Amino acid sequence: MTPQLLWLATLDGVAYAALVFLVAVGLTLIFGVLRVLNVAHGSFYAIGAYTAASLGIAISSGGLPGWLSYPALILAAVLIGTLLGSLIERQLLARIYGKEEVLQLLVTFAVFMILEDVQRLVWGVQPYFQDTPLRLLGTMEVAGVFYTRYQLLVLPATALVVLVGLRLFLRHTLQGRVILAVTQDREAAMAMGIDAHRVYLTTFVLGASFAALGGALASPTTALVPGIGSDMIVLSFAVVATAGLGQVEGAALAALLMGLGRSFAVYMYPEFEVLMPYLIMVVVLLIRPQGLFGVAETRRI
Amino acid sequence: MLRALPPVILALLLAVLPLLATWTTVVLTLALAKGLAVLGIVVLLRAGQVSFGHALYFAASGYAAAFLAGSLGGGEVLVLLLAGLATSLLLGLAIGWFVVGYRYIFFAMLNLAFSMVLYSLLEKFFHITGGSDGLRVPRPTLLGMTLERAEFELGLFYLTLGLAVLAAFLVHRYLASPPGQALAALKTNETRLEYLGVSARAVFLGGYLISALLAGLGGTLQALVQGLVTPEMGYWVASGELVFIAILGGAGHVIGAFAGALVYEFVQIYAAAFAADVWQLILGTVLLLIILFASRGLVGMYQDLWRRGEGKEAAP
Repeated sequence: MTPQLLWLATLDGVAYAALVFLVAVGLTLIFGVLRVLNVAHGSFYAIGAYTAASLGIAISSGGLPGWLSYPALILAAVLIGTLLGSLIERQLLARIYGKEEVLQLLVTFAVFMILEDVQRLVWGVQPYFQDTPLRLLGTMEVAGVFYTRYQLLVLPATALVVLVGLRLFLRHTLQGRVILAVTQDREAAMAMGIDAHRVYLTTFVLGASFAALGGALASPTTALVPGIGSDMIVLSFAVVATAGLGQVEGAALAALLMGLGRSFAVYMYPEFEVLMPYLIMVVVLLIRPQGLFGVAETRRI
Repeated sequence: MLRALPPVILALLLAVLPLLATWTTVVLTLALAKGLAVLGIVVLLRAGQVSFGHALYFAASGYAAAFLAGSLGGGEVLVLLLAGLATSLLLGLAIGWFVVGYRYIFFAMLNLAFSMVLYSLLEKFFHITGGSDGLRVPRPTLLGMTLERAEFELGLFYLTLGLAVLAAFLVHRYLASPPGQALAALKTNETRLEYLGVSARAVFLGGYLISALLAGLGGTLQALVQGLVTPEMGYWVASGELVFIAILGGAGHVIGAFAGALVYEFVQIYAAAFAADVWQLILGTVLLLIILFASRGLVGMYQDLWRRGEGKEAAP
């Protein structure tokens, strides 16, 4: 492997890790607060991506200026996260908070099955491709390798903004601290007068929006086909499990680990591309069953 | 004795159906093969756990049978079945060793992850596995007899029916036995189980291996009756189907697994023709409805009808 390829693989890995992180951070945030693993999370990613592509196509076919496709990415994420997220949390999840964990898993799995077909009905099975945001920014040279500015700068910057912003939000604002309080002890928080159900809704919408944002940002870099949602939920779960469930900063590191692992596999052993994230996860979990940054939970009798 | 009556009637009905209507032979075989795999999910549900990746064993055993049949130029059904079982046993040991340390979310998702790995390997290594086209399974001999297609299908149906009855009986006995009761205790109170000096890990691994073997048996039978294996057998959709049928039939019920699989397979024949695009959507919606409103599935509905017929109060 030449140094140039090595460098290229690193850039690929970082760009990909940024997208995976956005999805994974939503998943881990929702789990931390609601204690429900949202299997339908991959669908938010896929639907966010399709919506962004549709908006982008509408903008270019309507003759509107190309720069509008950037706000369109954000708009798609917020739209899907708010509408779909609040619908699912209010109408379904709110009914099953007290129930067995298996049932909670099955309910989100059922939502996932439904949304997979909804995507197919709305957007069909033909690949979607809309790369205006990628083309507008052009490419630049870094250490002898030409790379798109979008993947080199926009993706990692967004991931960083989300990571830092989320940390500031959770630690330094009232709304954020309320979320942390519910995460740590729901009953005590409710006794203090915190409306836990509103916190659940805000968190779910926020998490869903992050997944949709990941999808929207991914849409210019890849062709959208059915099945991207199911790949993403498994991958983002692998990231979240490796980091430890509920760990926000850990998810960033785990995403980077898996993004790099995957892109090096692409250049060296392409057949093992899909295996790489799971290999990393299995190795980590064998050594630390609670994940890299997770805290071992004591079992309650 | 009365309680054993419905399963016996069901088995007898199934046994004569292909003689009355030949077209049902293959459908019934497929349904029973799937029912065997669903039975594996039912065993796990008894422990309060759900696996989103059990199609892994379904597909792996099917491919093992396909490879062996291909290299032998057909081979013998019983040998292929043993090969399928051996494959799921070995895989179940290797993966089970790792996943039985986890519960709920982790257990469900780790199984899903392993099945996605197998699926992508089956798709990527097309020079070995035939990629997404899959592999043909040449028709083997049945108990040493070389049969024509129709006779082979009928023979395979009765073999499948026999295996399904045997499996249902054995699983029923297993769930009533001390290891089976310990398995159910994983759901109710795992800590107390450990205090009794029972290794939760060993108990769960036992249940997991049984479920892997059942899924593998079902997968091998499906490969034989279809004469084809494809990566789709191991896709998450297939795993979801198994879980769906287990819930449809009535979670934690042995007969429910087969009743659910039969209903599912026949509905799919008709529905898939005009609703192929929305099939997952329908499944998901029905799954939601069952969980929210009829959590005991088909078996529960049947029991309620039975009680109402006798004018008794429904059991609390």
